[in-house]
Amino acid sequence: MTGNEAVAEAMRQVNPDVVAAYPITPQTEIVQIFSTFVADGLVKTEFVTVESEHSAMSATIGAAAAGARAMTATSSQGFALMWEMLYIAAGLRLPIVMPVVNRALSAPINIHCDHSDTMGARDSGWIQIFSENAQEAYDNVIQAVRIAESRDVLLPAMVCMDGFIVSHGMESVKLLKDEEVRGFIGGYEPAYSLLDVDHPITVGALDFADWYFEHKRQEAAAEVPVAEVVRRVGEEYGKLSGRSYGLFEAYRLDDAEVAVVALGSTAGTAKAVVDELRREGVRAGVLKIRLYRPFPGDEIVRVLSGVKAIAVLDRSDTFSTMGGPVFIDIKASMYAPIYDDSVYDDSVHGPVRGSTHDRDARDTGARDTTQRPVIVNYIYGLGGRDIDLEQIRKVYERLQAIATTGEAGQCVSYLGVRE
Amino acid sequence: MANLRELSRKDELLTGGHRACAGCGAPVAVRQVLKAVDTPVVVGCATGCLEVTTTIYPYSAWNVPFIHSAFENVAATVSGIEAAYRSLKRQGRIQRDIQFVAFGGDGGTYDIGFQALSGAMERGHDMVYICYDNQAYMNTGIQRSSATPRGAATTTSPAGRVATGGKSQYRKDLTAVMAAHDIPYVAQTTISHWNDLITKVRKAFAVEGPAFVNILAPCRLGWQIDSADSIEICRKAVDTCFWPLYEVENGVWKITVKPKEKKPITEWLRPQGRFRHLFKPGNEKIIEEIQADVDRRWEMLQKRCEVGGAGMMPRE
Repeated sequence: MTGNEAVAEAMRQVNPDVVAAYPITPQTEIVQIFSTFVADGLVKTEFVTVESEHSAMSATIGAAAAGARAMTATSSQGFALMWEMLYIAAGLRLPIVMPVVNRALSAPINIHCDHSDTMGARDSGWIQIFSENAQEAYDNVIQAVRIAESRDVLLPAMVCMDGFIVSHGMESVKLLKDEEVRGFIGGYEPAYSLLDVDHPITVGALDFADWYFEHKRQEAAAEVPVAEVVRRVGEEYGKLSGRSYGLFEAYRLDDAEVAVVALGSTAGTAKAVVDELRREGVRAGVLKIRLYRPFPGDEIVRVLSGVKAIAVLDRSDTFSTMGGPVFIDIKASMYAPIYDDSVYDDSVHGPVRGSTHDRDARDTGARDTTQRPVIVNYIYGLGGRDIDLEQIRKVYERLQAIATTGEAGQCVSYLGVRE
Repeated sequence: MANLRELSRKDELLTGGHRACAGCGAPVAVRQVLKAVDTPVVVGCATGCLEVTTTIYPYSAWNVPFIHSAFENVAATVSGIEAAYRSLKRQGRIQRDIQFVAFGGDGGTYDIGFQALSGAMERGHDMVYICYDNQAYMNTGIQRSSATPRGAATTTSPAGRVATGGKSQYRKDLTAVMAAHDIPYVAQTTISHWNDLITKVRKAFAVEGPAFVNILAPCRLGWQIDSADSIEICRKAVDTCFWPLYEVENGVWKITVKPKEKKPITEWLRPQGRFRHLFKPGNEKIIEEIQADVDRRWEMLQKRCEVGGAGMMPRE
């Protein structure tokens, strides 16, 4: 089946109380298929065919605040139109799950894959999980329900998959049985509901300078346990399905000297190149990031610490002359531990609640400036431009040269573009 | 017909102690609306004066479940709540009958919120949408909206040395636009006519499906009137036919309060500081044009009501 079909199946099995949706290529198919499930009585869902993506997210927020399990799905411009409401969903701590089919942003208008849309909201407070293929997209939607609704978390989560490459490409996908999914996600008991009329609550109050900061601080604290919850849910899902998930996939990285970091379908292409290179005796590996927000920087640095040269492949640009977003995140993570509690004075800054970062995190060799790997960035694949095995092979060849000389040369390059 | 004694005994769902200005029409409108509801009600609110003055954390003036999410989307937000209600009720997870009401000012209704409102009404959500129309973006410092009447001076339509007439456009007739959505109930009313208001809101809640009620509610600061004159100025709006009270029930148009004697528009304009410049020499023509517009619209409304709604057949 296609990625869109797989995600629609996952949504059918999750059986949300409310889905609000507006069509946009290449996501349309998901809600289109889902609407037939509604029409055929296969789900209990109230399907709200809103007049825009802004209203799709608004209605989903309303439904979630009313205590319903609520979902929507989108892409690209529609995602951008939701932008204001994404922050509100996170700020209100509503565990909404949203599949996003990654697509380029205008202008120029383009319907094909890149990650510009979701990267634009990487700091909105949403959990972002990337999928390599249709199987992962399916698995991730089911896990996202558990992650978002975890009482330690209560944050909205988006499950990203590459437009057309995954959304419309055909693959064989293993589905769980309906009752297995039902058992895994469990029933949903919201802590608060607008429909609990005997216990009225005020949602979305006005904060002045005396409270806004504290509430945003609490939102930031809610991000800290996400990684642990993602790991736990991924393991539990593995027991159920035979497919375990972590924060990322470290492919042949143990003894790797050169590595490529990528999100989504490109990680699969890179893995194929690594298999070839390994046969040729090259110590190459791939780091596929699954949980992109919150960014598990400490863990990623730890797993990359033995690598001599790294290329981060970014399927979007920041237009900041600093390179792509993933590159900037990894470079920043390599500089110093993020939550180093030895330099963090609780009495001044307040505690980092739920922190899972231990003191060992700052002891990795990677934090030592003399031993930090050389890291370069490639922006690639914008607007659906293909990336092939040969291009990625060339990236590894450059990394081998960097590993030998220690000289990076140009830090940010554009791969596969006519300059 | 509402009985004032009975109404006054009902619980206040919007409590005192909120921080709206003295003489503000919005909380008066809300209290009257909520007096008209009998079943439990969930309130949604657009960003605006009403929301910011009633929900300053850690306080809330609302004795009912309340949500505010953004400026332009209260209709969509309440659509989601109502959809959740329908879903959970169908599944047997809630038993109670609950009503849903969305409040928006004219900015959040006529302008930025219009798309979400139109969508929610078209989809047929069982909710009552209340616009409290104070005729400008009062919350941000009195900027003109599409509800601002011609001639009004606002901070973005000031009466200047060259453009001496204030806002140059007539206001959008949103009530008529909502009637064109062919929803079960649309009405226009104001807080000075509490009985008319409550009767209409009761009808709005009673219908199955969407209903829209447009309530003229003064902003004493923006209109530049005395706090004590808020109710009186609404009466003048009705008596001059600037704000006719009518309803469109299942497609049938009906004037609900007909002034015994139609007063000249100057009676509505003169007491308000926002129209002061119109009475300066040279602006006589603007007042004449405003009067002609009011007359034309009043004629049109009466004709619509005579034929039961501009040729529209009533629903069975």
